[in-house]
Amino acid sequence: MADEATHESSTQAPRPHTPREGGRGPGGPGGGREGGRKFFRRKKVCKFCVEKIDDINYKDVRLLQGFVAERGKIVPRRLTGVCTPHQRRLTAAIKRARNIALLPFAAR
Amino acid sequence: MQRAYEVMFIVRPDLSEEDTDKLIATLQGHAATAGATVLNTEKMGRRRLAYDVKKFSDGQYVLLTLNADGKAVHELERRMRVAEPVIKFLTVRTDEDQQRLDKVKKLRAAKQRRPAPSTEPAPAESEAPAVNA
Repeated sequence: MADEATHESSTQAPRPHTPREGGRGPGGPGGGREGGRKFFRRKKVCKFCVEKIDDINYKDVRLLQGFVAERGKIVPRRLTGVCTPHQRRLTAAIKRARNIALLPFAAR
Repeated sequence: MQRAYEVMFIVRPDLSEEDTDKLIATLQGHAATAGATVLNTEKMGRRRLAYDVKKFSDGQYVLLTLNADGKAVHELERRMRVAEPVIKFLTVRTDEDQQRLDKVKKLRAAKQRRPAPSTEPAPAESEAPAVNA
């Protein structure tokens, strides 16, 4: 019984998810219309690719601060639009900065 | 094998200016005797720490750039661990990153000399989803 229920929910789960993903995939213009939302979602671009920042350094606190949330967590790629290779470097840099007390592990 | 490293460490804030200089000098000496060549020393000044370290809420940051082998770095780290005024340190190997940066720079320079028609695919991509929707 319980098994069936969970199975049903799991099949249902992806359904509301798919249109959202479809809207997000091609980027902004179509996404807002589909969801019935009024705001216009701009296509996110990787800040590091656009501004050609090659070196994501752990000493550059100002830069890194833009990619951690208020509580000190690393903001996911899907929110910031950073591309995968840059997010990887960014994550490493943030972790180094945390280690030397430039960034907090957890801010109160 | 000599590699490029960056050693950043935090000195406790209640240490006087001269004592800090003295400490840096001794650490440099230790590094040199261990077989490292110190390229640059930068005092980055007093900063508020993001979290308390040994009950201090701020500290003086110092950055050492050096060429060293693993043994020398190990020895330097051991010294810093023992040195009471050093409250925290971080060693980062920089040669691999620098290599990558040089490579990217060279690539970019080559691209600029012969500008590729990169504007072509961008508008085509943004048009395609609009047709789908």
